[in-house]
Amino acid sequence: MALYADSLALNLLRKNFNISNDDNKPIIALAGNPNTGKSTIFNGLTGLRQHTGNWPGKTVGRAEGYFKYKEEEFLIIDLPGTYSLLANSTEELIARDFICFARPDLTLVVADATNLERNLNLVLQVLELSTNTILVLNLLDEARRKGIKIDVKKLEACLQVPVIPAVAREGLGLEEIKKTCYQISKEKIKIKGFKITYSREIEEKIEELIPLLKRKLPFLQKRINWRWLALRLLEGDKTILASINTYYPIYQERVNIFQKGEVQLDGFNQVWLK
Amino acid sequence: MLLSDLKIQEKAEIKAIRVSGRQGRRLLDLGFIPGTIIKAIRKSPLGDPVAYRIKGTVLALRKEETDLIEIRRIE
Ligand SMILES: Nc1nc2c(ncn2[C@@H]2O[C@H](COP(=O)(O)OP(=O)(O)O)[C@@H](O)[C@H]2O)c(=O)[nH]1
Ligand SMILES: [Mg+2]
Repeated sequence: MALYADSLALNLLRKNFNISNDDNKPIIALAGNPNTGKSTIFNGLTGLRQHTGNWPGKTVGRAEGYFKYKEEEFLIIDLPGTYSLLANSTEELIARDFICFARPDLTLVVADATNLERNLNLVLQVLELSTNTILVLNLLDEARRKGIKIDVKKLEACLQVPVIPAVAREGLGLEEIKKTCYQISKEKIKIKGFKITYSREIEEKIEELIPLLKRKLPFLQKRINWRWLALRLLEGDKTILASINTYYPIYQERVNIFQKGEVQLDGFNQVWLK
Repeated sequence: MLLSDLKIQEKAEIKAIRVSGRQGRRLLDLGFIPGTIIKAIRKSPLGDPVAYRIKGTVLALRKEETDLIEIRRIE
């Protein structure tokens, strides 16, 4: 359970995303590749308890709504459909920033069971950013029709997250999704979440970077996944620094110091280590 | 041979992505990974972009991007 001051700060930050959640309902982000049945699942979960609009300052549409399981009520946000979370487009930036900064309590990733290989890219990226993830294996009817069989137990064991089979168009799997969200919110299930281990060279750089980041950006303590941030900087992703500026504006100066040369566009800068 | 040289209905295997950084990463995220089989499906009315079937999805790429992808045509 988060400290009171922390949850106030988080609610304030979430307002940047037009999220009002003063009664502290668990927040669920719904992610997935385009056309995986995300909207169908969203509609199935929320029914009429939803409203649509745009992401703040963007022309990208979004839907948010509520669903209930037992006494617990959840706020669910439909993220733009994307193949990646690496901020290559406005849609990816929105999805990335929401998971990274609004810090949903849980992320549901919807995958197309007929095309698992392609869909797993996003699943792994979400897992790398946020451990509390559930994989919904949708379009299982189509997969069956094509003769594709998926070993759900094995997939669960590999990814170390709950995997829920679904045929959203027929409403199959929705109860299980709700129940699993509930169990996670009550901490009856603890998700471990598979993490990719990179080559030794990269792992060593991550190890080097994390303490430095913690020292230079202390206000992000407990508010960001340091390993993930280190990876983005190693990749030379500058959008993440811009986003830190956006969501933590009072610390702008410090982040700008980074941008002026301590971390460079091409990725890791040795000079910075000194 | 480059992906931009592939004709409609032809198939190829992706050999290499000739760009690194964000642009390279974007192509990998879209599934343009060495070893993957790709098929040119159709051209847009102006000839650019071209739609490809790759890893179970149809995606359109512009010539600037297909010029960056090395392939080997499959007969
Ligand atoms: N056969 C089948 N079709 C589905 C299923 N779920 C969604 N669809 C269909 O797939 C299409 C895309 O669904 P949509 O929810 O709009 O996908 P989104 O782009 O991820 O939001 C629609 O025509 C849905 O009716 C499913 O489980 N099985
Ligand atoms: Mg949709």
